[in-house]
Amino acid sequence: MLYRKITALKDISFNTSCGNRVALVGPNGAGKSTLLKAIAGLVPKSSGHIRWRGTQIKKWSREFAYLPQREEVDWDFPVTVRGLVEMGRYPQLGMWKRFSKKDAATVDQALQALDLTELQNRQIKELSGGQQQRAFLARAIAQEAHVLLLDEPFTGLDRTSSEALGKLLNQLAQEGRLIIASHHDMSTVKNLFNKVLLVNQSSCGFGNSDELITEENLAATFTH
Amino acid sequence: MSFIQTVIDNQFMQNALIGAALIGFANGFFSGFVNLRRNALSVSALSHTMLPGIAIAILVTQTLNHTNAFIGALLACLAVGLGSTLVSRNSRIHQDTALSIIYTTAFAGGIALLPHLPVATNLHDWLFGNIIHISEQDLNLVFTVSAITLVLSNLFMRPMLLTLFEPNVAAAQGVPVRSMQYLGFTLLILMLVASLQAVGTILSVGLLVTPGAIMLLFTDRTSAIFWGGAIIGSLSSIAGIFVAQLIDIQAGPAIIILLGLLFLLSFLLSPRHGMLKK
Repeated sequence: MLYRKITALKDISFNTSCGNRVALVGPNGAGKSTLLKAIAGLVPKSSGHIRWRGTQIKKWSREFAYLPQREEVDWDFPVTVRGLVEMGRYPQLGMWKRFSKKDAATVDQALQALDLTELQNRQIKELSGGQQQRAFLARAIAQEAHVLLLDEPFTGLDRTSSEALGKLLNQLAQEGRLIIASHHDMSTVKNLFNKVLLVNQSSCGFGNSDELITEENLAATFTH
Repeated sequence: MSFIQTVIDNQFMQNALIGAALIGFANGFFSGFVNLRRNALSVSALSHTMLPGIAIAILVTQTLNHTNAFIGALLACLAVGLGSTLVSRNSRIHQDTALSIIYTTAFAGGIALLPHLPVATNLHDWLFGNIIHISEQDLNLVFTVSAITLVLSNLFMRPMLLTLFEPNVAAAQGVPVRSMQYLGFTLLILMLVASLQAVGTILSVGLLVTPGAIMLLFTDRTSAIFWGGAIIGSLSSIAGIFVAQLIDIQAGPAIIILLGLLFLLSFLLSPRHGMLKK
């Protein structure tokens, strides 16, 4: 995995299945974001592969949805919550297929599932941090994605919003989705995620969060 | 009332109004993209660059027609755009700085060339347009260019919006991001060349930026920014011609001043984003 001609990641390998919530844990610059983007198909991989449902993924699949880090989003873009969620239908529609009633219904359901129906006409900047995360999750659901890749979703959220988002991710996983998120708050990682991948340029371990999150393992990862 | 009589009696006034409505509509629509892309500054640079491009095309081919003008304008815009990238990548000069240096130099070159062209030209018309004397041939060109821009922008609306909002997500989804950027660039130059007749090289920026900016102060719906911009562009262009006749000023500047005033009013009074309402 090369990033700007610098090897950002190597020797990463892990197996997981739907229903899990996987945290990527590691120091700044460890390659967590890059790994998420690589899985999402956003940055080219120099080698390695991702298998999904038994077949190798070569290019972007709509089953994978990527939720960018807050600072990577253009919040001033004139798009409403509904408009954002509608974008989730674009991959199915391609360039020219008409936006049908069925698409509108899917968008309605996604908005309802994430409790955004009343906020659907707000511009995305006019939402709180937690609502913004939900809007992007709604888009992923409208896209009918099964793997949700989130880059630091809990950053900047207050305690209440954090807890609500944690519950929501748990619920989405229980409905059969796979959640993979980078996370930096060690005090909450065990509560929010059931699996952990320790990353620092390469993999430093993968397993259940309550077993793997120990002071020794974290120290080893962060000083790797 | 005498003005309406003038319009009914004069074919050229009718042509001017139709031309202005079309140019205003297509430019106003496209201004949605310019605002979303936030590249008003480069539009300004490109509009100035057209002048030397067209001047050189006339020098080389010894004639002035729209094909020459378009090719000359396109090549000049490409040269200036790429030139600024080259400078910024190979020195500590920022791209905006490089662009400003290169386009002003090119514009100055164009002005210096104008008196030496083999075709009689009027610097004034180049700079500020002459919509009142638009010819049938020009009107046809304006119609064609407007139609092409509107059809292509609408056909490629989804990929272009995705490209503007999240280029890396768009690329991962298989949207040809590079091609979309080139398409946007080409349509932009087409619009600039088409609006030469109405408002000239300098003022064309106004038509390509202001209508979308006005809509941005009122709405968060992307489609409303495009179509609303088109309507604002079109109506202000028609109104500009009326105002120009009434108080005896030129049509091009009248159109742009009207748009500027509309923007000022919107900036102050818009119910959601107006300064006085906050």
